[in-house]
Amino acid sequence: MKRYVPLIVTAVCLFLTGFGIWAGDAAEVWRYGVTLCLSCIGIG
Amino acid sequence: MERKRRLSQYLFAVLANAYFLFPWNGLIYQGGLKKVCFPGLNCYSCPAATMSCPLGALQNFFATLRPGLRMGLFQTGAYVIGSLGLVGSFMGRMPCGWICPFGLVQDLIYKLPVPKINLWKGLKMGPYIFLCAFVFVLPLFAVDEFGYGSTWFCKYICPAGSLEAGIPLLLMDKELRSAAGWLFVHKMTILAVFMIMFSIVSRPFCRVVCPLGALFGLFNRWSWLQLKFHPDRCLQCRACRTICPTDVSFYNGTDALNSGTCIRCLRCLSICPTGAVSIHFTPVLSGEKNEIKIC
Repeated sequence: MKRYVPLIVTAVCLFLTGFGIWAGDAAEVWRYGVTLCLSCIGIG
Repeated sequence: MERKRRLSQYLFAVLANAYFLFPWNGLIYQGGLKKVCFPGLNCYSCPAATMSCPLGALQNFFATLRPGLRMGLFQTGAYVIGSLGLVGSFMGRMPCGWICPFGLVQDLIYKLPVPKINLWKGLKMGPYIFLCAFVFVLPLFAVDEFGYGSTWFCKYICPAGSLEAGIPLLLMDKELRSAAGWLFVHKMTILAVFMIMFSIVSRPFCRVVCPLGALFGLFNRWSWLQLKFHPDRCLQCRACRTICPTDVSFYNGTDALNSGTCIRCLRCLSICPTGAVSIHFTPVLSGEKNEIKIC
């Protein structure tokens, strides 16, 4: 069974990615990405 | 091999920071590529950044998880964890050695001709502690009265944000300069300490702090890409140990070759005179199948 762990891990990650896209995570990532992060630059 | 790796590092550093219009329009990139998480430490507030920082995105998801769930939203960061996991499940921590722009910064500064020191091995748990504490626990549980957390790692630690976003943005914007206070001084001090460390220790940020490296490192043992050590071919010449940027000592059995510390730069593979290290790419962990020939 241990031999198939890489395949299982990949399948789980594919599912998480798909679920995340379905739930609107990618749009949210875009929203975070285009908003100037004041914490990152040490102001907010 | 080392030239190919360096080329790859430069290429990805440029791709991740290819928005060259910012000096003219004064805006950070706002295109569709920002939906994609870059598999390396590259601040999304860097004016030239074309993709999003997975660590920043992940902290934001956790910081807003409670109010989101109350409103019936299921934006849990599964996309960020899944997409990073996909990269990790294929190649483990290889992006740290071949893609990460902040890794390139460390490699270049380490070339300075100053005395070098080794890092205490006990610090190798550091990235996992930073990952748990600053990326998961604090954003999720240290919340205000409305249930919102903060991006603790970005705010108080990340030197990549200070270098790639803080300095250029404050140089460009007078209003941001006037708003800078103690937090900016704190972040600049951390950046300065790391810059000094980069010149005397090999990859100190990757080995002691980087939560993204810790996340990829979790996949090293179970990734499709696997390194294999052949003790019967080893001359115990220690060349692999000497050249390893993260001080992995597998030739004498001290560390596992596919431990989470290895950034898979493949320098050990190219320097070994007897081919005692080989590389495999297979979805099923067995045998000698799919060996990749390196020339």
